[in-house]
Amino acid sequence: MKSELNAVYVVIAREFIKFAREKGRLISTLSRPVIWLFLVGGGMSRVVAPDDMGVPYMQFIFPGIIGMTILFSSIFSSVSILWDKEFGFMKEMLVAPVSRFSIVVGKALSGTLLSTIQALIILLLFPFIGLKLGAAQIFFILCISLVLSFCIAALGILIASFFENFESFNIIINFIVMPMFFLSGAMYPVSLLPPVLRLFTSVNPLTYGIDALKYMVFTEKKILTQDFPLGMDLAVIIAASIIFVISAGYVFERRK
Amino acid sequence: MITVENLTKKFGTVTAVDRVSFTVEEGTIFGFLGPNGAGKTTTISILCTLLSATSGTARIDGHDCTREPSEVRKRIGIVFQDNTLDKELTAYENLLLHAYLYNIPGRERKERIGDALRFVDLYERRNEQVKKFSGGMKRRLEVARSIVHQPRVLFLDEPTLGLDPQSRAHLWEFISTLPEKHKVTVFMTTHYMDEAEICDTIAIIDRGTIIAQGSPQELKRQVGGDSLFLTTTDNRRAAADLKALLDLDAEERGDELVITVSGGESYIPRVVQALTDRVLAVRLRKPTLNDVFLHLTGKAIRPETTSSGEEMRNIVRTYRRKFDNR
Ligand SMILES: Nc1ncnc2c1ncn2[C@@H]1O[C@H](COP(=O)(O)OP(=O)(O)OP(=O)(O)O)[C@@H](O)[C@H]1O
Ligand SMILES: [Mg+2]
Repeated sequence: MKSELNAVYVVIAREFIKFAREKGRLISTLSRPVIWLFLVGGGMSRVVAPDDMGVPYMQFIFPGIIGMTILFSSIFSSVSILWDKEFGFMKEMLVAPVSRFSIVVGKALSGTLLSTIQALIILLLFPFIGLKLGAAQIFFILCISLVLSFCIAALGILIASFFENFESFNIIINFIVMPMFFLSGAMYPVSLLPPVLRLFTSVNPLTYGIDALKYMVFTEKKILTQDFPLGMDLAVIIAASIIFVISAGYVFERRK
Repeated sequence: MITVENLTKKFGTVTAVDRVSFTVEEGTIFGFLGPNGAGKTTTISILCTLLSATSGTARIDGHDCTREPSEVRKRIGIVFQDNTLDKELTAYENLLLHAYLYNIPGRERKERIGDALRFVDLYERRNEQVKKFSGGMKRRLEVARSIVHQPRVLFLDEPTLGLDPQSRAHLWEFISTLPEKHKVTVFMTTHYMDEAEICDTIAIIDRGTIIAQGSPQELKRQVGGDSLFLTTTDNRRAAADLKALLDLDAEERGDELVITVSGGESYIPRVVQALTDRVLAVRLRKPTLNDVFLHLTGKAIRPETTSSGEEMRNIVRTYRRKFDNR
């Protein structure tokens, strides 16, 4: 047991040391949500009338932008497994006397922590778009961020375990991450989508994460902003997390 | 310590390892010698639990590499053919993470890492990021890492790749002391014939199959003995005289006559005496493992590393022979 905890610790410590050492990484991962919030959100605010959403558009997408921060930073963190495969460090971990499951859990947890930190930084922009959030709201938003980050990080590991090298990175971003973002209710309410696309949104864990974030951000206006009950959101995210972690561990355990 | 029976590994239609069997005794150095693509790395990958075998068994210290991977992993240390260090981390951090992965108790960690780093002369640079190291330094650091947890069996997949002659010699000196000092069993692969000489047992592998096994001396005996090269005033006449007087078969190779005998030194005086005054030069060559490989497969293990002109000529002749047979 001790050695398994050590393994989880090794994976997390390594991720954090590397994150701290790469000065540009934080800025580059944070610039995407900031650009979307202020440039896309700001621009669209002039087109979309506040009454359509119940709140100004820039505020409407705020939970979605937090979701975007989590989506990208969790996926990036998990997909670093492809680097490890390509540059060999994965072998060093795979021949060590620790279970594959600990490596997967360590990777998922480091993704969770790193992306929650980034979500917090974006969250603190709330006064600039005219939102008012209390301490309790911020606390619960962080809790949801943690759970959602873990879920997405675990999904990222599962995806990465089917690929062998870093060339597949663009495939993952273009065919999995971007559709996940647009079909999540981040930019518009899910209920406005045609039924075919709604089917996709309903199997997308990010949909439920952003839905729960909306519940916490807009405590009063829930008519158009939220699509599912909070309990359902949390149940889906947690169930998906468990499925992703266990399948990723299973895929990792396989030997060729 | 290591028992391999009929081990076979197929990648699709390619058979990388084909019914390979060998045993390695505890505390000995076992060398796996073979050209590119022979199946050395594949065999190591199965032994260290990264790949599963298509058929056959591999055991380390009595534990099956496929069915009891965690028991096997506890006992082994590896230097992979390709670098597996994290280049963003420092030398010390790389070894520290390794110490955690192998559950080395906290109070021993620092000392063991320090010892390992000092051994490879990298202690002074322990706090530098690995990406600033030269290829040889990275290699040495990997060797240091592989022994931090004191494995029972050490796998070295071309450990001296990219090292300068001095570091190579230093590393081999160290490796050869491991079995006695720490009761470590060493399994190594190499292309270099001179490195294979320090092994207790050698297996020569080519296209997935082991074609010869034994101690370096035993293998060299297979070649048939030493080669005595003579330059004489008249080679043809000298050859006839050697046959008549000493019953030796001499072959003309270029400007020289070649006699293959065992215990070549003792023949020199007799030959010189028999060919009174006609010998201009004598040269004796002991067989190398490269000759063994050549003898067994008809090709040199790595043409570019064979230095002497004679060996080059041999290769050319072998290729010609193959070409003519088509
Ligand atoms: N993952 C793989 N998929 C398909 N074929 C492979 C794979 N790994 C190795 N092979 C094939 O198996 C054979 C043996 O390769 P291996 O790496 O074991 O050789 P090697 O003896 O280590 O050679 P080298 O001296 O070049 O390192 C080669 O023909 C190689 O192409
Ligand atoms: Mg190899």
